[in-house]
Amino acid sequence: MIEVIGLSKRFGTTQVLSDITATFAQGVVNQVIGKSGSGKSVLAKCIVGLHRPDEGRVLYDGRPFHELDLADKRTIRQEIGMLFQSAALFDSMTVLDNVMFPLRMFAGMTVAEMEKRARFCLERVNIVGKDVLFPAELSGGMQKRVGIARAIAMNPKYLFCDEPNSGLDPQTSILIDELIKEITEEYGTTTIVITHDMNSVIETGQNILFLHTGRCWWTGDREALLASDNEELKAFVFASELMRQARKGLLGSV
Amino acid sequence: MNILFHIGRYFEFLGHVFGRPERMSLYGRRVAEEVDQLGVKSLGIVALLSVFMGAVITIQTASNIDAAWIPDYVVGFTARQSVILEFSPTIISLILAGKVGSNIAAEVGTMRVKEQIDALDIMGVNSASYLILPKIVAAMLINPFLIVISMFLSIFGGWVVSGLTGVVAPNAYIQGLQWDFDPFTVTYALIKTVVFAFIITSVAAYHGYHTQGGALEVGRSSTTAVVFSSVVILIANYMLTQLLLI
Repeated sequence: MIEVIGLSKRFGTTQVLSDITATFAQGVVNQVIGKSGSGKSVLAKCIVGLHRPDEGRVLYDGRPFHELDLADKRTIRQEIGMLFQSAALFDSMTVLDNVMFPLRMFAGMTVAEMEKRARFCLERVNIVGKDVLFPAELSGGMQKRVGIARAIAMNPKYLFCDEPNSGLDPQTSILIDELIKEITEEYGTTTIVITHDMNSVIETGQNILFLHTGRCWWTGDREALLASDNEELKAFVFASELMRQARKGLLGSV
Repeated sequence: MNILFHIGRYFEFLGHVFGRPERMSLYGRRVAEEVDQLGVKSLGIVALLSVFMGAVITIQTASNIDAAWIPDYVVGFTARQSVILEFSPTIISLILAGKVGSNIAAEVGTMRVKEQIDALDIMGVNSASYLILPKIVAAMLINPFLIVISMFLSIFGGWVVSGLTGVVAPNAYIQGLQWDFDPFTVTYALIKTVVFAFIITSVAAYHGYHTQGGALEVGRSSTTAVVFSSVVILIANYMLTQLLLI
């Protein structure tokens, strides 16, 4: 479980996040939604320690990340897997080497053990027979799946996904969503997904946090989202006619 | 104030670069790869430039010596001193600042904007150390070899041109090369080379590492890296010369 308590962050005179308090539960897909510029990515970067918050705390199973020394921070970081918007695969490494990278750095395994684990992770995300290819030779969806394989290679306790569906076709988006959900339930990870994809929110939303003007505006699950009267939330999630129609249909079925 | 900010951040960056590495065995392999990337792959351009540099120095020196009382071998002597003291260590380092420096800044900058450096940081890898330290070590190891090769090829280029054009007799040229040779000049040149190698790689990596934005900013970082490392090389060149030769 990850707890965020009273977290604030500003850049210069711009207040990006104000007093965010939220709990991200273990074993479910926690989604952070909000308009562009609402502070979603900054929140994720504060949680994983790429930004230091001006105020507030981030607790990883009770461990206050930003108050720990470098060695303890590194220990927590080795428990984190992250899928980036761009997949962030290392261009100069093959698919297999990308997945083996965290194992090489930290696992203390033999090469055979590392290869076995990396191949298992690649099979888990349905990437087979692509070991020797370089990231530039893969499609966007495949790159995302390799990114997930790398993220789960170290059996992470915490999984972060930044816009996992961006740039993907609807079918591949659904596959990635399903994969993230399956992995979260299978490994019991605390998963946080930053997303713009309302399709994905409606399909898989279990614990949703809506950020608006840098504040935690609304939290709830998929059913609560559909029934919510919150004007800002409705304006964001059901911005298109299609989503409004979908809401009507889904509310009828709830 | 801007320059003070960069100086402060540069030294902070170096602190991270020389921080404790995670896996020394991986660093050894990375150094070997960088030796190939930064050094061996620069050999061609260094060789080409050096031969022509030596040839030009010889022709210019010979054509500027008009007085009959100056012996011919002075051309070889001047070419040797110019090549060893200045042209090979400094000019070749400036060329490498352009070739290797822009390459490093672009590579690291692209890794930054494509979030690959963030990925390393989140994994708990000291990204500055993992990416940059092997480049610095590799350049400091391989550049002295490149510069020694450059010295030989420059002097060879001068000898070839002396034979081809007749601006000076090859025998006189060789006599000049051997005249009043002080081995410390080579030591001085190699000390400069090692310092310049550190400047080229660390300044370029600093600019790449702190790139923000997209492709345009990567290009800007690359250009800034070459400009800054060239300026720092020239300042360091003056300081080292004052320190070591006077």
